[in-house]
Amino acid sequence: MANRNFLRAICAALVIVSAQVEAQSSPGEWTIPARDYANTRYSELTEVDNNNVGRLKLSFTFSSGVLRGHEAAPIVADSTMFVVTPYPNVLYALDLTRPGVPMKWRFQPKPLPASQGVACCDVVNRGAAYSGGKVFFNTLDGQTVAVDAHSGREIWRVRLGNINKGESMTMAPLVVKDKVLVGNSGGEFGVRGWLTALDSNTGRVLWRAYSTGPDAEVLLGPDFHPFYSQDRGTDLGMKSWPGDAWQRGGGTVWGWISYDPELNLIFYGTGNPGPWNAEQRPGDNRWTAGIFARDADTGQARWFYQMSPHDLFDYDGVNECILLDLDIKGSRRKVLAHPDRNGFLYLIDRTRGEVLSAKPFVNVNTISSIDLQTGRPQYVEAKRPVPGQTVHGICPHAAGGKDWQPSAYSPLTRLIYIPHQNLCQDEEVRPANYIAGTPYVGANVKMFAGAGGYRGAVTAWDPSSERAAWEVHEKFPVWSGALTTAGNLVFYGTMDGWFKALDAQTGRLLWSFKAGSGIIGQPTTYRGPDGKQYVAVLAGVGGWAGGVVSGKLDTHDSSAGNGWGSAMGDLPAHTNLGGMIYAFSLP
Amino acid sequence: MRFRFPEMLALAVVCTGTCGCTRERRDLSDVPPSASIPRLTPSQYDRQYQSNAYAMSQGKHLFEWFNCVGCHAHGGGSIGPALMDADWIYGDDPQSIYQTILGGRPNGMPAFNGRISQTQAWQLVAYVRSLSGQASKSASPSRSDSLQLKEAEQSQPRQQMQPAAPASSQHQ
Repeated sequence: MANRNFLRAICAALVIVSAQVEAQSSPGEWTIPARDYANTRYSELTEVDNNNVGRLKLSFTFSSGVLRGHEAAPIVADSTMFVVTPYPNVLYALDLTRPGVPMKWRFQPKPLPASQGVACCDVVNRGAAYSGGKVFFNTLDGQTVAVDAHSGREIWRVRLGNINKGESMTMAPLVVKDKVLVGNSGGEFGVRGWLTALDSNTGRVLWRAYSTGPDAEVLLGPDFHPFYSQDRGTDLGMKSWPGDAWQRGGGTVWGWISYDPELNLIFYGTGNPGPWNAEQRPGDNRWTAGIFARDADTGQARWFYQMSPHDLFDYDGVNECILLDLDIKGSRRKVLAHPDRNGFLYLIDRTRGEVLSAKPFVNVNTISSIDLQTGRPQYVEAKRPVPGQTVHGICPHAAGGKDWQPSAYSPLTRLIYIPHQNLCQDEEVRPANYIAGTPYVGANVKMFAGAGGYRGAVTAWDPSSERAAWEVHEKFPVWSGALTTAGNLVFYGTMDGWFKALDAQTGRLLWSFKAGSGIIGQPTTYRGPDGKQYVAVLAGVGGWAGGVVSGKLDTHDSSAGNGWGSAMGDLPAHTNLGGMIYAFSLP
Repeated sequence: MRFRFPEMLALAVVCTGTCGCTRERRDLSDVPPSASIPRLTPSQYDRQYQSNAYAMSQGKHLFEWFNCVGCHAHGGGSIGPALMDADWIYGDDPQSIYQTILGGRPNGMPAFNGRISQTQAWQLVAYVRSLSGQASKSASPSRSDSLQLKEAEQSQPRQQMQPAAPASSQHQ
């Protein structure tokens, strides 16, 4: 405890502190994919550091038995590691107290096989969450399940999504107090996005907040005070759409949720509006492609900010919101840092939704600037997709400056480590027909590497100077999450299978390990029952970027995988299917 | 033997009449949708669809219109498998593809029975087979109205199909 207070003192002395360095779990555990409610992915463990990481050795492995994209985080609680696989969403518990880390139990939820047909971007799952002796996770076919962490027995399950309407679930739940917060996927299927709170003891639905439609269903009441005038009005979730287009308008909630206990607010982004072809939905398309702040108990919205009003490029707003307290222009502000798909990193006052700054962290030619008076992006007309025309060289591409892959923040270096891609695209919009349960997109896309020729990068972003401290380039998009530690390290994986440790201060490569398959998972670190620090990651290439391998796409067609065909033709020569946990420690 | 111009012209007209008209034949009668495979002999299928440019051009249009393109892209695959390669989980023969389209398949292929007519289904079958070079070259689409994403169907090399597994032992 003394040690922890000391750390806190240091953080305070550094002026910039993460709001929630103290997680709801002990330093040795890692109970939710983002590690803490502030979504820092920062661990206080220091045994493995930038001096000794070169000696890091493989400690154990475990096969998931599945060969699709593994985006989940191995989480650790109560001397047990929990991992949920891609479809068929098997949940494994591994006993960390025994040699070889054997399986304690496995839970097979048996989701509907047909759900594979409504998963836009590989049959991924972004992880489970542990709280109070229960493990919560979502299944591809739209169920949330609670499993007893000790016995592996089902406590409850509830079906929330309907695959016949194109709904699936891929996100990791977040447990806040007695509520499990979960959202749907299916923004490419004309679904209507929502976030739902479930009773953690029974699975009963407590409230649901839609991302489109009438105020009563979006949970916009007297407490809703958006900072910008365009977001004030009645039923804007209907009026900013033509006709009843809001009913299939997307805004799905498939990314990350943060929680500020002091404000008692949750923060999360909403997905792209559907269809991609923006000509079919004139208007700002609220409340898609933006960030909601909601009361954690009632779900009632406090504020909303839209990064991409009338989104033109599939720029979902679901990326992580990292909660930080920063000194901005001389005064301490409660900030939410959000690296968006549109390529801008936003610093937003999380108490009221005011954009304090927005700077591009990648090459962006679709938006010239963000007007801080109105909060609106200035779209570049030459890059606006128009029917009957092909627009060339749109940067960033549909998956954005970065996609779901979560960043990490270190209070020691005061840097945000952003794993991302460097890709552009040519695009032509086409009429999209709505047929329930089938894609609702309406765009032909051809992706390719952006300036510099590299397709991925890790950028260490300094939010105080609003520029990159350093950047590491990778051949393929960096589709894995990032992890940072008090050992002054940053970990991430590459799609060709390298798991790497960098010096958090300089970005220098200190250690690497070649896994059997490309890495798109979220690395985590924990202290084992033996007292040693371990670093764990799932390998298993796939996801939207890796569908060329996991979905065996034929890249003679540039539009394969919604445009990745032209960008990833060489991936099969560099990696292969896999599904394996790798855990490392010092000898 | 030497042909003079009028004789050559006559020969050309006859050729166009016999070859060209088959290629361009349009059967505009239609039947209500049904999941049961209609009786269609291989030669009927070939004449009406697989060697018929109009049918395959319609198929290409329907492939986008009914969102096939959303899952299979322009043959390279996406949510659903690629259709321009030699791997066919449920068989590459016209009857199997017809059944796949109308009846759906358990791992995510939705059933289009009730949404499209039999003729449209066969037009789609013919077009889908052209993606892997299994249709008549002279009748396969030679161009796209959209962004150039791949070689035209007409230029697609014929894939060497794997022999289909017996129906009872089909996996997945």
